Amino acid sequence: MSQSISVTDLERVYDRLAEAIDRTGSDSELFLVKLALLTAETLNNVEHFDALIECAVQDL
Amino acid sequence: MHQPQVIPHQSLYFPYQVYPAFMPSPGVVKRLPVVIVGAGPIGLTLALELARYGVRSTVLSAQQQVCEGSRAIVFTRRSMEIFQQVGVSEAVTEQGLPWRCGNSYYRGQRVFRMEALVDEQDRFAPMTNLQQQYLEQHLVDAVQAQPLIELRWGNKVIGIEQGADHAILQVDTPGDGYTLQADWVVAADGARSGLRSMLGLKLEGASYEGRFVIADIRIKLDLPTERLAFFDPAWNPGNTVLMHREPGDIWRIDYQLPADETPEQALHPDSLRERINAQLAMLDIENTGWELDWSSVYSARALTLKQYINDRVIFAGDAAHLLPIFGVRGANTGFQDCHDLGWKLALHIKGLAGAGLLASYSDERVKAAREIIEEAGKSTRFMAPPSRGYRLLRDAVLSLSLTREFVRPLYHWRTSRAHDYADSRLNAQNDDNLLFADGPRNGAPLLNVRLAEERYLFDLLAPAFHLICFTDAAQLDEDVNAQIRALRHQGLPIQVIAIAINGGGQVQHADLTLADPHKLFSARYGVLHAGAAYLARPDQHVCARWHHLDAERLRHGFNQALGHNGGDQQ
Repeated sequence: MSQSISVTDLERVYDRLAEAIDRTGSDSELFLVKLALLTAETLNNVEHFDALIECAVQDL
Repeated sequence: MHQPQVIPHQSLYFPYQVYPAFMPSPGVVKRLPVVIVGAGPIGLTLALELARYGVRSTVLSAQQQVCEGSRAIVFTRRSMEIFQQVGVSEAVTEQGLPWRCGNSYYRGQRVFRMEALVDEQDRFAPMTNLQQQYLEQHLVDAVQAQPLIELRWGNKVIGIEQGADHAILQVDTPGDGYTLQADWVVAADGARSGLRSMLGLKLEGASYEGRFVIADIRIKLDLPTERLAFFDPAWNPGNTVLMHREPGDIWRIDYQLPADETPEQALHPDSLRERINAQLAMLDIENTGWELDWSSVYSARALTLKQYINDRVIFAGDAAHLLPIFGVRGANTGFQDCHDLGWKLALHIKGLAGAGLLASYSDERVKAAREIIEEAGKSTRFMAPPSRGYRLLRDAVLSLSLTREFVRPLYHWRTSRAHDYADSRLNAQNDDNLLFADGPRNGAPLLNVRLAEERYLFDLLAPAFHLICFTDAAQLDEDVNAQIRALRHQGLPIQVIAIAINGGGQVQHADLTLADPHKLFSARYGVLHAGAAYLARPDQHVCARWHHLDAERLRHGFNQALGHNGGDQQ
């Protein structure tokens, strides 16, 4: 089992993602899709990725 | 009164010939065994297929000349193998341009290169480019040399009525109209099939929004015969442009229309000129001295009829299904329809088929169309994204592909391939199919084998079932031979090919003996020991294979392949 991400790391991801979205402006959606594809490649687990999509579409 | 165009179509390269219209002689209504409606590549190929089995057919062409414009220009290896069976592959090879590579570009960078494998055991290249007019002309020439086929130019079907064991066609001509009775009608009348509408049949599936201009220009370009695809070029943002070389310095340029443009606007000469010049400029070609040969607008659709046999009317080619052009799936799918249908209809007409044989045409080919639609949908969604989500993903992949290898295979076109009828009802049930570690499995087409310089297995195939026996004996097994004789006595065409695995002379009772001294043939077919055999249908698809053939297993194999079992299954 992988340990859950530390609060320090999560805060770093939080800031970086926010800054990148601001920086990419009107291309931020495209940026996020690229990021999702890169993450999917790193994850290399299609069931896990499906579950993440299901989680992310909740409560929008 | 039907009045086809009698002025030859304009072309920069093709010498159109107008054929005289067929006029009926007054008198009795004739009953014909097979009437093929449509004299495009599919109708003509089917007529030639039927003639190979001795079945007479009448082909009705609404026009008096071959098609206008180059239309289908890429023919796959499997299509070439089918052309070989009907006698036009040499002419197509002689004129056509063989190729195997495709390139995809984004922002001036080649981000993907497809290289189709070339197997030295194959006679034909993975792809051959030739304008459809030439193919149709070769087919027309072959048809006119075939006494079993009557080709009637300028005859348009305007009505159909189905009876219990026949159909009645109303045919209009430039002279008088007339009535025809046919035991079987084959609807090969293309994408806008009149017979499909007259019978009220609906295609099922998806239509895509993306529309493409297809333009053929004559220009000398120093580029190899390879497919070129340009994504999101500066002159046509967000859209896709394709280029193919055709023989005679003709280039096909396909480009997607902006969403808000009508076909009329897109085909306006000023619009065509500006965009083609922009595409050429992107390739650093400043030559504006090109000439336009033909242009048209195409929209991607992925549709099929639910079944291809409706009482006495059998659908084939675009009349049966409309498939996206990406991946060269249009005509290439239609030729496989013809090849599947020809022998089945012939054996059915001759009374040699079980109840399930003809029905298996519809089952096999509808399933093939559905699989092709599934695959083609992937390419189409990438080439012309149908929604905001698909566009975002496609654009993300384009962007990532500049630096990341893993997304580049998404550019692949999933080119049309020979279909594999793995779960066909015609495949043997209790053979050794699953015990073979290699070779074509049940449902797949036979693999070609290069026997010598310019001599291949497929050159030698007769219009018959093919029984390929791997043997180290001087003659076929006596019981197997007796079984073959009994089947032939019923009228079944069977070609026995002996593979002499230890070399040696002619194997007795075989129609053909091929020596296999280097075990090349055996290896390609996954055969380790003498006694093994393959049974292939007349369309070359394997329907049974055995490690050890005996007469009883052969009888079962034929029984299944002729549709005697499970005939009422769907």
